[in-house]
Amino acid sequence: MTKTLRYLKPYGGTVAAGLILKFIGSVAELFLPLLLKTVIDDVADNPALTHDQKLKYTFALGGAMLLCALLALLGNVFANRLTVKSSGNMTHDLRYDLFKKTCYLSSEQVDGVGLPSLISRLTSDSYYVNQMVARTLRLGVRAPILIAGGLILAFTQDVILACVLLACIPLVGVTVFIITKKSIPLFFSVQRKQDDMVRRTQESVTGVRVIKALSKSEYEAEKFDGVVKELAATEFKANRIMSLSNPAATLILNLGLVVLIAVGALCSDSAGTVLEFLQFFVMILNAMIALTKIFVVISRGSASAARIEKILGMDVSEKTEVCPEGDKNFKVQFKGVNFSYNGAEDDLKDIGFALRAGQTLGILGGTGSGKSTVISLLMRFYDADSGQIFVDGKDVKSYPLGELRKKFGVVFQNDFLMAASVRENIDFGRGLTDEDIERAVDDAQAREFIDGLEGGLGFDLAQKANNLSGGQKQRILIARALAGNPEILILDDSSSALDYATDAAFRKALSKNYSSSTKVIVAQRISSVKHADLIIVLDDGKIIGAGTHEELLKSCGEYSLIYSTQMGAERGR
Amino acid sequence: MAVRRLNIHDNRSFEGRKVDKKFVLKRLFGYLKPYVPVLIAVFLANVAGTVSNLVGPWLCGLAIDEIKPDGSTNFAQIGIFAAILVALYVVSALLEYLSAVGMAYVSRGIVKKMRSDVFGKLSTLPVGFFDERQAGDIISVLSYDIDTVGESLANDVIIVLKSAVMIVGSLVMMLTIAPLLVLVFVVTVPLSAVITRFIVKRVQPLFRRRSAKLGELNGYVEEITSGQRTTRAYNCQEKVIADFEVKNSEAIDAYARAEYYGTLSGPFVNLVNNLSLTLVSVFGALLYMGAVGGLTPGQISSFVLYSRKFSGPINEIANIMGEFQSAIAAAERVFRLLEEKPEPADPENARALVNVRGEVEIEHLKFGYKKDKTVIRDFSLSVKSGEVVAIVGHTGAGKTTIINLLMRFYDPDGGTIKIDGQDVRELTRSSVRRAFTMVLQDTWLFAGTVYENIAYGNKDVTRSDVERVCKAARIHSFITKLPQGYDTVLNDNAVNISKGQKQLLTIARAMLLDSPMLILDEATSNVDTRTEQIIRQAMGELMKGRTCFVIAHRLSTVKNADKILVMRGGDVVEQGTHDSLMAKNGYYAELYYSQFETVK
Repeated sequence: MTKTLRYLKPYGGTVAAGLILKFIGSVAELFLPLLLKTVIDDVADNPALTHDQKLKYTFALGGAMLLCALLALLGNVFANRLTVKSSGNMTHDLRYDLFKKTCYLSSEQVDGVGLPSLISRLTSDSYYVNQMVARTLRLGVRAPILIAGGLILAFTQDVILACVLLACIPLVGVTVFIITKKSIPLFFSVQRKQDDMVRRTQESVTGVRVIKALSKSEYEAEKFDGVVKELAATEFKANRIMSLSNPAATLILNLGLVVLIAVGALCSDSAGTVLEFLQFFVMILNAMIALTKIFVVISRGSASAARIEKILGMDVSEKTEVCPEGDKNFKVQFKGVNFSYNGAEDDLKDIGFALRAGQTLGILGGTGSGKSTVISLLMRFYDADSGQIFVDGKDVKSYPLGELRKKFGVVFQNDFLMAASVRENIDFGRGLTDEDIERAVDDAQAREFIDGLEGGLGFDLAQKANNLSGGQKQRILIARALAGNPEILILDDSSSALDYATDAAFRKALSKNYSSSTKVIVAQRISSVKHADLIIVLDDGKIIGAGTHEELLKSCGEYSLIYSTQMGAERGR
Repeated sequence: MAVRRLNIHDNRSFEGRKVDKKFVLKRLFGYLKPYVPVLIAVFLANVAGTVSNLVGPWLCGLAIDEIKPDGSTNFAQIGIFAAILVALYVVSALLEYLSAVGMAYVSRGIVKKMRSDVFGKLSTLPVGFFDERQAGDIISVLSYDIDTVGESLANDVIIVLKSAVMIVGSLVMMLTIAPLLVLVFVVTVPLSAVITRFIVKRVQPLFRRRSAKLGELNGYVEEITSGQRTTRAYNCQEKVIADFEVKNSEAIDAYARAEYYGTLSGPFVNLVNNLSLTLVSVFGALLYMGAVGGLTPGQISSFVLYSRKFSGPINEIANIMGEFQSAIAAAERVFRLLEEKPEPADPENARALVNVRGEVEIEHLKFGYKKDKTVIRDFSLSVKSGEVVAIVGHTGAGKTTIINLLMRFYDPDGGTIKIDGQDVRELTRSSVRRAFTMVLQDTWLFAGTVYENIAYGNKDVTRSDVERVCKAARIHSFITKLPQGYDTVLNDNAVNISKGQKQLLTIARAMLLDSPMLILDEATSNVDTRTEQIIRQAMGELMKGRTCFVIAHRLSTVKNADKILVMRGGDVVEQGTHDSLMAKNGYYAELYYSQFETVK
């Protein structure tokens, strides 16, 4: 948590000013019962004063009380303003750093944390930290000040009575602590059960056709009722325990009050003192209740802070190495590359091929055969365990990452589009010229449909580009890859949603206008890679065939088998 | 820790007219009705608890008055007071606890019932309802909205009850002690009411904005983080970070504004409370001195305590009014969903479809998803038992519309569909649906074991039945290799099971049903060649001897089909056999050639 709290440091002045104001406000509030006591004991009940004097003093003290009340108001209002400011700014900075760090994490690091977890750290965890800091600054300071101040004042008034007060506080604290501690795990299990319920609902909504087709609605409702019952029971259990804390705290303090009166009767000689102590009791009771609420926020917030700190502590510095150079005649070259995601099973084994500038490579293979992994290594999202990968004769490890990736234009499998305009999605923050964008739109065969959109290139995509069809999305993605005039163009299974005529037109444009670009095309269908200069067939991370279409038909049994099933399937029996 | 997403709540689709409070309260009362006895008990416990709580300060005052500085203190009297006080406080704590538990019980019951009701409602709704809505939207009604209602019932109702009793009680007590001093509150109570109202009114839009901005920020984070590989591939981290910075700052600003104005009400109401304290002490002292009311210090002390008990609840009620508004809005969304029109009931004399041969007769069918947009104009088709009908066309051409109508997910606007010569409208929906088996492209599996997923709630199915269909679907050997075989639990992250294997599992499920007719989506995108071969064999097995409607993606299926429906722009534009359609040289021929060209 210390690392998170360090984010408060730049706002130390604001925090300090806020705390001082809060302190002043709280102390001013503490003076109120003191003044009240003076009015009754020392003025109204004082036989030494004349009636006029009494009146004068009463009004003077009343004025002082008013002043204290105003001071308390101003102190608290301005203190709140300052704490909101400092906690807001701190959250802003923390979130910014966290997001920035996330952007530069390596793929291994992202895999290690997991994407949903990374997102929830940026969203809910940063929210909980904010809540924790804001609440603690606002209430966590006031409550202890009120308790401490109340106690100090009490001790200056009457030591014995103050001791009664003092004795109650740890009792309340321990009771509330035990109750909270018991209920927190229950609330966690409530959360988990709630997740169950959400998942069940999600299932039923997405599977509505199947459920209706099989007339299983009642069965689904029964299953759901089971989940709901469990959730309700757990929730009730947690609430039942939590319901204890308020009555228990009130009871302890009220009993203390009775003890106080009894002790007061025995030891004190002034009714005013006892009266004043009643005020202290109420004040301290409220402060204690506020503290227990903060306790819950802090326990949740510190867990979130720990999750955030784990990401912030990750090393994202680029590791550029000096490596021996390769053959400059090749644009892309793999030499004996081995790689494993988890260090246990090999995902790529002894991969080697070479490609000259302007040539086309086709990578063919089934799901999980390692096609996309080849791309990931080429763009250095991961480092090979052994072997070398060269781009323009230089090992990819010797490039600064930015320089290496500038050479590429890529469409990944299931690539993503932002909720922004079509143009922004094609430009993608690279500041390309209008000509580049227009050309890319033409070549990606996206001209016709983009012109049909309201606002053309300025048309705003919805989240996940839900307002476009699959084929339209793919064409925008392809335009993005083409727009930068890449030295190396990578298309990972990225024309599957295009219809046949469009696909053919796109291929024609590709060979005509991007002859100098080196192309890597990943596919499952032979028809997509048939014309490549080199086709490699992957199976379980190994190259089981390499060559042109004609060569492979002769040399690679697997290839010709795939060819015959695919062609056969489409030509009829 | 469990992750709860903030602010995903989008209430657009369940927000019709403005909040109709009367309607909501009426329905809410319907849910409260069974708990009226509990509620009365809670209320009585509250009254009793509050009364004992109120008597406390009065007794304290009496006890304090017994403390005499001159040494004539009556200890016995004080002792009696103390004993009564202890008893009172214990009883009131107990009552407070019991009423809190009582309300938790009530809210649990209501939340449970509401959830079951909503879910039960969902199962009666037509498919169209789900086609028009996001799953997240429905989920947020079930979780977030119902939670809000439940929480408000458990906490707010009890606080309002308690506060009301407390306010009335302490007012009575103050009046009995010093009616004149009560005049102080004639000034301060309206003052705090005005202040709270003013602040709540100003703050509400700020909080709404704060939620919206946070939602925007979270949406952006989710979007960009999911696409982080692309961002890195194109080196545009800086641009993305700059965009984030704008959204981040906006969210923080909105947060700070809402929070700042929101926290104003505390100190201000505190001020009013302190103001009453000041006034009470000044006037109390004056009364004491003036001997008009003849107040003792003990009476003043009791009065002060009551005044605190009086102003506290007023403040709380003011705070709760805001929460109450959001609870009403949430309840409204729940009830609106419960009011949705269900699938029309089967006619009273509806027959069940039995011993199906699998003949389908469609006559002059007319249909549109929206009343003013007809997509199928006039479509007729006759299918004999065991025939294969291929449906072809581009994505979005309306192939699933035919299936929606066959399965009675939607009802046609005109024309008839007959199965075995019987109009489907005269048959029960469930028997018509059971006559078909569907294998769709989006494979649907739920969290449960492999066995449960295949048997799917059918109690008559034996283990050997399941194994038999899995063998036929060529997935048996894969299942046996799983860690727990057929008892392996399938969920989001446990077993790595590929798309193709999922498809095979749903084929196995379909085989188990053994319906006379089959609806099949051939598309097997993102599946590798070998798996595809297996799937094709499994599908072939499934099609044997059944009347089949196939959304065709392979020319072999199309060529061998008994009938081909060619869809374009939602309508059936051509139908016939492969040869007759090729001879016609129309849209089908065009489609066929364009496909053939890339293969060449």
